[in-house]
Amino acid sequence: MIDWNPLLLTFKLALITTVLLLVISIPIAYWLAYTRSKTKPVFETLVSMPLVLPPTVIGFYMLVAFSPANAFGSWLDHWLGLRMVFSFEGLVLGSLIYSLPFMVHPIQAGFANLPPSLKSASYVLGKSKLTTLTKVMLPNIKPSLITGIILAFAHTIGEFGVVLMIGGNLPGRTRVASIAIYDEVEAMNYSAANTYSLILFGITFFILLLVYLINGGYFNRSKHD
Amino acid sequence: MIELAFQKILKSSSGEMILDVQLELKEKQLITLYGKSGAGKTTLLLILAGLLSPEKGLIKVGDELWTDTENGIQLPPQKRNVGFVFQEYALFPNMTVRENLLFALDKNQPRKIVDHLVEIIDLGQLQNRDTRTLSGGQKQRVALARALVKKPKLLLLDEPLSALDHEMRIRLQSYIMEVHKEFMLTTVLISHDVSEIIKLSDFLIEMDHGQIVRQGLPADMFTSDRVNAKFQFTGEVMKMVKQDFIVIVTVLIGKDLVKVIANDKEAENLAIGDRVLIASKAFNPIIHKIN
Repeated sequence: MIDWNPLLLTFKLALITTVLLLVISIPIAYWLAYTRSKTKPVFETLVSMPLVLPPTVIGFYMLVAFSPANAFGSWLDHWLGLRMVFSFEGLVLGSLIYSLPFMVHPIQAGFANLPPSLKSASYVLGKSKLTTLTKVMLPNIKPSLITGIILAFAHTIGEFGVVLMIGGNLPGRTRVASIAIYDEVEAMNYSAANTYSLILFGITFFILLLVYLINGGYFNRSKHD
Repeated sequence: MIELAFQKILKSSSGEMILDVQLELKEKQLITLYGKSGAGKTTLLLILAGLLSPEKGLIKVGDELWTDTENGIQLPPQKRNVGFVFQEYALFPNMTVRENLLFALDKNQPRKIVDHLVEIIDLGQLQNRDTRTLSGGQKQRVALARALVKKPKLLLLDEPLSALDHEMRIRLQSYIMEVHKEFMLTTVLISHDVSEIIKLSDFLIEMDHGQIVRQGLPADMFTSDRVNAKFQFTGEVMKMVKQDFIVIVTVLIGKDLVKVIANDKEAENLAIGDRVLIASKAFNPIIHKIN
């Protein structure tokens, strides 16, 4: 029988990361979709960096920045009681950065494809920017939001490099499923590695299938007469 | 009185153009903006609604200053109390017809205005429909009703009827006339259709390349005394005035208004809006030399 803790930890991490990312990404995506600022390309690049950067690079710099041996890390530790290195909090922060583009990009595209007259119409009807966002814009980019949520969740499940660098391999705290697989292989325990792998394979398959079904509109048919 | 005096630089595919507007609009009138596409008509409406701001200038509605670039005043669209009907309708797809109207209500505004509008614009049957399933004319009616929920003083209509077929147009024209009168609105409408303009509007403004080129009464601006050398025309009856034994029928042919005399019997069969044929008999043709 395998140890279920790494899998539970993986899903806990993915869930927390996804919820936080959704909250963070809506304003970022809104700004990127509508700004005319000349600094936009810089911010777009920063958001997209985790797509191409080796996760170990992110993990390495986070390890350096948050190490209690350094000024910032010790300040966090001393004043906020936060130790980011080799902790679950650190994993969450790493995952937020690592999965950011997977949440921001679909939402940004959703905003950009929304007819501008919807926003204008709501403003002319006297509705504030916030009301317009929550009552008009977000409900009309639901498929983009769902895509972002699913992709960010799936991508966090598949995380390895960042987690290993900043979290290490502490059972029950930072040993997520992807690390556990690596660990079992190292220990020549192929059957356990195979079980973890199969479970992750199946889950990611169904998650991605869901994205394509939603984008293909399979759930919207016959809803309206 | 609505005073407009502003400039805005417009960038389009054909280069830069300056929208330069100097206008005084009388309240409670139905005013039509007419002109080629790209003349700046839609931009003028967007600036009036506060959705765009001019580089320089002033907009004054009654005693209220809506825009005054010199003193940094630019009232946001939320505070202008304007009704706007967009060319592409802009109905919210996540709401039903009724929800679209309810969304437009101000906080604490009684709902009875929604029921009233549903009644006068005949939306009763459509109330619970998904807006994506409506026809163009139905969408336009919903957009018109939604724009009126807040009881605006100023109603702006961006080519509301251009995408509709003839019959639907006539129906919507009468809805617009009805609400214009009932709500005592100042209405600014963009239109390319001469018969529509003559039927609906009190005042006509023609724009070209960002400039106001002509303004005046619609009938004056479209009537000309050019000789028309064809023997028969088709047109639309605009007006019928009875004088003693005859009826003077005003017919719109192309862009010209022509007055034709009809006797009582002929006039009996005619109504405003009818398509008619005007033919000249062979014994009084006009002869006009062409070089």
